[in-house]
Amino acid sequence: MSEVLIQLQGIGKYFNNNKVVSDVDLSIEDGQIITLIGPNGAGKTTLVKLVLGLLEPDEGRVMRHSNLCIGYMPQKLHIDPTLPITLGRFLALAEPNTKLCIDALKEVGIEKHIHSPLQSLSGGEMQRALLARAILRKPNFLVLDEPVQGVDVAGQEELYKLIGQLRTRLPCGVLMVSHDLHLVMSATDEVVCLNQHICCHGRPDQVSNNPAFIELFGSKTATYTHHHDHEHGLHGEVVHSNDSDSSGCQHG
Amino acid sequence: MIATRAGANMVEVLLYALLAGLGVAVITGPLGAFIVWRRMAYFGDTLAHSSLLGVALALLLSISPTLSVIATCLVLALILVMLQQQKGLASDTLLGILSHTSLAVSLVAMALMPDIKVDLLSLLFGDLLTVTGKDVVIIYAISLFAILLLLKLWNPLLAITIHEELAKVEGIPVTAVRTAFMLIIALVIAIAMKVVGVLLITALLVIPAATARRFANTPEQMAIFASLIGCSAVIFGLSCSWYLDTPVGPSIVLSAGILFLLSLTKKYN
Repeated sequence: MSEVLIQLQGIGKYFNNNKVVSDVDLSIEDGQIITLIGPNGAGKTTLVKLVLGLLEPDEGRVMRHSNLCIGYMPQKLHIDPTLPITLGRFLALAEPNTKLCIDALKEVGIEKHIHSPLQSLSGGEMQRALLARAILRKPNFLVLDEPVQGVDVAGQEELYKLIGQLRTRLPCGVLMVSHDLHLVMSATDEVVCLNQHICCHGRPDQVSNNPAFIELFGSKTATYTHHHDHEHGLHGEVVHSNDSDSSGCQHG
Repeated sequence: MIATRAGANMVEVLLYALLAGLGVAVITGPLGAFIVWRRMAYFGDTLAHSSLLGVALALLLSISPTLSVIATCLVLALILVMLQQQKGLASDTLLGILSHTSLAVSLVAMALMPDIKVDLLSLLFGDLLTVTGKDVVIIYAISLFAILLLLKLWNPLLAITIHEELAKVEGIPVTAVRTAFMLIIALVIAIAMKVVGVLLITALLVIPAATARRFANTPEQMAIFASLIGCSAVIFGLSCSWYLDTPVGPSIVLSAGILFLLSLTKKYN
């Protein structure tokens, strides 16, 4: 039976009285891959930080499984060039056992770089290094913030495949953030489309046809259109359009 | 020659100066490495300047200057961290305001204390040749404590330096580690003041670490090399001061600067 790893109920967060996310319900189960998409400024990073416990919500609550162990892969790593550190030493910060570090590097396919300075890794290698560090803790929940950022298309596919394998091997639930739905289509069970509130969610093929999604991202794959019951203003707030035909998507 | 204690024998003066200088350089190396990695040079400079406030307070209240400097630096460090989190002003602007205001306040306060004669030059640029045996003991006790604390915090501090949020998710108590790091900085400023004075402390932190970077492949190597380079600078500076009759603190910093220039001839590791 799959267990719920983390559940968010009615989450809201403000910065300087500006609502960044509001009324978010989200639950992630063991073995499930959920992808969070949304435009810049949609509150994706804020939501991830709330999930990680780096931020406390102003509204609603976050419930975590008692055995929750999070493996976190941050969006990017800026390391000062004055810090001499190898990939191996970087992983040793999470796991002192060298053999386990080598195993993790083999799993992500960059074991030959164990003695390379961290700053010398390419974009794709760095993402793999961060993934290796995340899995070293044997997590049951992986949080991946833009895991394929700066990776070429072939590498992106490989990374998504790897994440899919990890889900069953660890096993773990996965929450990842992405800009591009088309690439994660095959790699994800559920897509949550965020623009301060959850605009729509569902299986990737459903979401890509959802008018709320099409409005936010535009779509080449849209095969039909139907009425959308709300529009977004400049700040992402919901603006009800004149025709109140409610065949369009509803919140949550 | 800079004024030395009346009746002190020259060998003793030199020996105490050397011991004090080495005791400080041993810890400014690894601490300086973290200052460089975390881009906190200006932060360190601000705290160093504010340590003069600690001296003024000590004179005013007739308490131990070492304790007063440690306490003042620590309180200011915590205030700074709090102000930086507010994000109202850019960090360097905030540091610039605090750095020079605290320097000015202490200079004015000292001028207003008519009964107390303060040797300002020795506070600003250090006066290693007036170090006593008791000072040496205090320097070594504080230096040893700071080294042990830094060793204990080494890995968590490194993890926070690389990615603070990742470290926090992995269970490192970020706030506690950062506060302890501030304590180490305050302790080191209190003892480094005697050696190079408040205006030059940052140099002793930053220059040996930056010099060591070119020879190091690991963080630990960089820390150890920085200690050794700092110690060499103390020895060269003191010798220079002895033979050429130059002020000790600036001579030590100049030696460190020359070592850094020499290191530029080596390719980056």
